[in-house]
Amino acid sequence: MHNKTITEQAKDLRSGKYSSVELTQAYLQRIKKHKALNCFITVTEEHALEDAKIADTQLSAGNAKLLTGIPIAQKDIFCTQDIKTSCASKMLDNFIAPYNATVIENFNNAGAVMLGKLNMDEFAMGSSNETSFYGAVQNPWDTNTVPGGSSGGSAAAVAARLAPAVTGTDTGGSIRQPASLCGITGLKPTYGRVSRYGMIAFASSLDQGGPMARSAEDAALLLQTMAGFDSKDSTSVEQAVPDYSAGLNNSLEGLKIGLPKEFFSADLNNDIATTIEAAINEYRKLGAEVKEVSLPNMKLAIPAYYVIASAECSANLSRFDGVRFGYRCDNPADLNDLYIRSRGEAFGAEVKRRILMGTYALSAGYYDAYYIKAQKVRRLISEDFNKALSEVDVLMGPVSPSTAFAQGEKTGDPIEMYLADIYTIAINLAGLPAMSIPAGFVDNKPVGLQVIGNYFTEARLLNIAHQYQQVTNWHQQTPQGFE
Amino acid sequence: MSLSADEVKKIAYLARLGIDEQDTDAYAKDLSNMLDLMTQMGDTFTDTVQPMAHPMDQMQRLRPDTVSEHNQRENFQSIAPQIEAGLYLVPKVID
Repeated sequence: MHNKTITEQAKDLRSGKYSSVELTQAYLQRIKKHKALNCFITVTEEHALEDAKIADTQLSAGNAKLLTGIPIAQKDIFCTQDIKTSCASKMLDNFIAPYNATVIENFNNAGAVMLGKLNMDEFAMGSSNETSFYGAVQNPWDTNTVPGGSSGGSAAAVAARLAPAVTGTDTGGSIRQPASLCGITGLKPTYGRVSRYGMIAFASSLDQGGPMARSAEDAALLLQTMAGFDSKDSTSVEQAVPDYSAGLNNSLEGLKIGLPKEFFSADLNNDIATTIEAAINEYRKLGAEVKEVSLPNMKLAIPAYYVIASAECSANLSRFDGVRFGYRCDNPADLNDLYIRSRGEAFGAEVKRRILMGTYALSAGYYDAYYIKAQKVRRLISEDFNKALSEVDVLMGPVSPSTAFAQGEKTGDPIEMYLADIYTIAINLAGLPAMSIPAGFVDNKPVGLQVIGNYFTEARLLNIAHQYQQVTNWHQQTPQGFE
Repeated sequence: MSLSADEVKKIAYLARLGIDEQDTDAYAKDLSNMLDLMTQMGDTFTDTVQPMAHPMDQMQRLRPDTVSEHNQRENFQSIAPQIEAGLYLVPKVID
């Protein structure tokens, strides 16, 4: 039953083919069996089985909701009441959240069963899941390689069939890049589509939660649960949530696809380029028209992103002070010592680098040169996308410049690690929705196709992904040893 | 653009962030590399461009000025490192 999609599982649960308790137990056993992947920070076994029992009662009473009885795992960035919420940091190793994130409430209301909390890069800062306080996550396609990041535990868990679907968050590519490296389907929604309330903040103007699943059809069910206006999130956008499953089978005849020429420059690995071109050919067969477009300021996305993300990170992470919650150093000499040592002892190297960078960029004399400049460049990048998306319906290209790289390969050079997000970062700056869908393999490692849409066109993106998944089976491949 | 170890120490103090003495040079090198990356923006003409803070340029939403949250002090303080009589304890600030 672990090889079925949640769409199939929901049907089986309703027909009584198996119970939610049986389904949940099957996943809990797989999580134990594949513990070496290190996908989970916390497994909430008792909690899950209790919820599954309640779900079974609802199922037999005939009042099941969208996800009743479906086991889901949550990225450990979403606050879960009375359950440890660590954000993969020593800082929050002792943090039992006193409330639920809106996303968690939404899953509870939809009847989902939570299997546990997933590993990630510390405070979502990383592209390989190697900055986690709880250790690196292995990519099930090749356990010597990284799963990508920051939602690495999320992507590896879905690829290894330890959960049928999960949540992730994406600040610069953290849903799409691990989805690509692990061969699963991931969607970063429009900024403001999914509530950030209770989602531990990294860079508030960029962070966005979204679904990661085996197929676009499943991702649609998750997004249906996650999306919606939330008055508790001041940046949440008041816009009605459409039925994300209703248009999955719409025809792609006449779809206009734009290929940004900057995505296909000499820097792109040849084999990945060939894989992406083959995927685009499939779309041609489905009736799409393809033309070249340009995003001239694309090369400025990484510099602008690392100013804005670091600046916002340094402001957001100032709340971790050793006073109200989280880690506190032993025997502080005075208040400054309490702050300095609590933060110094509990943050990892990458988090520190970004706090330092952000503090510098926001300090007197540098604010205009870095932060304001980056916000201006951000607008230029956003305008490039607006222009391109006025000519075509969607943009397509690679998600990542490489397939899964070796553990430790890029940890020595932060800049090289940042370049792993070269094709995803600009989308966060513009606040657009984008997906990664499995499009093939290079040397037995998955490659993801990125599909970028205009604001609030998630339903169209899911339709575009679903139609591709009707004529290809890349998304159905399972890594060896995890069948 | 390069930052010295002393500048790194100053920034770390501004951020109230402890860093090991032995790591200072490495941070200086990494931050200098990051700054080099960021200076790539310098050549782009942006004098007439408005800074963009929200992807959809949304303004801060207003709500009626009524009580919307109830007091959860005990709930929130149950996870604090050190409290007494409903107060957070910190080292002595005033002699």
